[in-house]
Amino acid sequence: MSGPMVLAEQVHKSFGRLEVLKGIDLVVERGQVCCLIGPSGSGKSTFLRCINHLENVDAGRLSVDGELVGYQQRGGKLYELREKETAAKRAEIGMVFQRFNLFPHMTALGNVAEAPVRVRRLPRAGAAERARALLDRVGLADKVDAYPAQLSGGQQQRVAIARALAMDPKLMLFDEPTSALDPELVGEVLDVMRDLAASGMTMVVVTHEMGFARDVADQVVFMDHGVVVEGGSPAQVLEDPRHKRTRDFLGKVL
Amino acid sequence: MTAPEPLVAVPVRHWGRWVSGALVLGALALLATAFARADVQWSVTREFLTVETIVRGAGRTLLISVLAQALGIVLGVVVAVMRQSGNPVTGAVGWLYVWFFRGTPVLLQLFLWYNLGLVFPTLLGQPTTDVMTPFVAALLGLGINEGAYMAEIVRAGISAVDEGQTEAAQALGMRRGLVMRRIVLPQAMRVIIPPTGNEFINMLKTSSLAFAITYEELTLAARTIYINNLLVFELLFTAAIWYLLLTSVFSVFQYYLERRFARGSARELPPTPWQRVRTNVLRRPRL
Repeated sequence: MSGPMVLAEQVHKSFGRLEVLKGIDLVVERGQVCCLIGPSGSGKSTFLRCINHLENVDAGRLSVDGELVGYQQRGGKLYELREKETAAKRAEIGMVFQRFNLFPHMTALGNVAEAPVRVRRLPRAGAAERARALLDRVGLADKVDAYPAQLSGGQQQRVAIARALAMDPKLMLFDEPTSALDPELVGEVLDVMRDLAASGMTMVVVTHEMGFARDVADQVVFMDHGVVVEGGSPAQVLEDPRHKRTRDFLGKVL
Repeated sequence: MTAPEPLVAVPVRHWGRWVSGALVLGALALLATAFARADVQWSVTREFLTVETIVRGAGRTLLISVLAQALGIVLGVVVAVMRQSGNPVTGAVGWLYVWFFRGTPVLLQLFLWYNLGLVFPTLLGQPTTDVMTPFVAALLGLGINEGAYMAEIVRAGISAVDEGQTEAAQALGMRRGLVMRRIVLPQAMRVIIPPTGNEFINMLKTSSLAFAITYEELTLAARTIYINNLLVFELLFTAAIWYLLLTSVFSVFQYYLERRFARGSARELPPTPWQRVRTNVLRRPRL
């Protein structure tokens, strides 16, 4: 199937009376890396969560890989998706969280192999072998049997990336993956993400790492107060922003 | 560079501790002599420890406690999940269950089950009095009452697990039941087990109330004997020793169970009592 991987048209989302997304338009092409930047409370994380069906969209259209998120259209009517269908769609999208959210009662290997075994129903031995290979890919071959509490933040986040990759996702979402890390540990996580981008993975990254956005992103989108203020190539948005709000924000973080 | 000389200092003397320790020991000695001189035939207490009626009573106490606690845990998990579900009907029913069975005395509940035949003469096509034996009534009374407490304990355990765990599991494509079974409940166990152990120790003792509906557990067994031989205190002590034995054995078991579920939450597991004895007594650190 061709067409963009993520397509958002006038996406709105409210929590009670608070309108968090006020009409987001965004296109992420296949194989592209899109970095979402902006001040906290601008709706970046909420938008990312919408893409992964963790929140439902109130108005507008949001589709991933040509399929509507959260709903199904049949004969001009929208039907809310069942939990089973939502789960099946989430299984194809990887997500990495700010606070890692590794399963503390499982080893690194257990974390990575859990979903392939339980959701994809792969045989245990095969899943374990693949999990080892993925942990090796993120540089943690020697931490296979470690529990999350025995790992540093950077190591935990790399396990979390391996865990998401174990489901062979067609799209990877990163929600401020380095914000909870000590400064000296940020680099090791960004390196893994760089490799992933180079391998052709489609990625949407909410981040405050402007260096990463400049080097890796195909598209940088600046959000503020629930709207996309401007988007474009990293050079254009980061070096030569058109809007005052973007300039103010970049002035504070760069 | 040479290491500096170790410090030599006179340690602080805790005179107050010596005084209070002596006072407590004195009080204990008084109590011990009082009981030693009292009109209690301790040899009888010891003899009856292994008498068949008592041993069988202790066995029944253990049996009813284990079964009632198991029933309570199953009911507790079901009700806790019911109360967490989005369905308002199951939520309300779960709340009602906890409200009634936690809000009325367990002794009264035992009587209710035992006398069920008064309002429902037949049960499952049989006379209710045949089905509702003292054992069945005690099991239902104790187990269903326990379920109300376990429901609250399990609910607290579930809500102690970080929301991010559920989200991460859902993001991997896991469905609600699977998330509960594989991710949330195993982590909730760490919070659930200590109060559950407490509940079970309580159950070992509360099961004595079943004597009121003629279930022949340990307390009733002791009572049956002392009503005949009139050695009341001796037999009550026999039962007390059995209760202490049961609760002590279980406490050890609970310790190791908690250790098992501490995996992953602590970098290092706490030492077992034996390891502690080894480090503290056999290899005492020198100061």
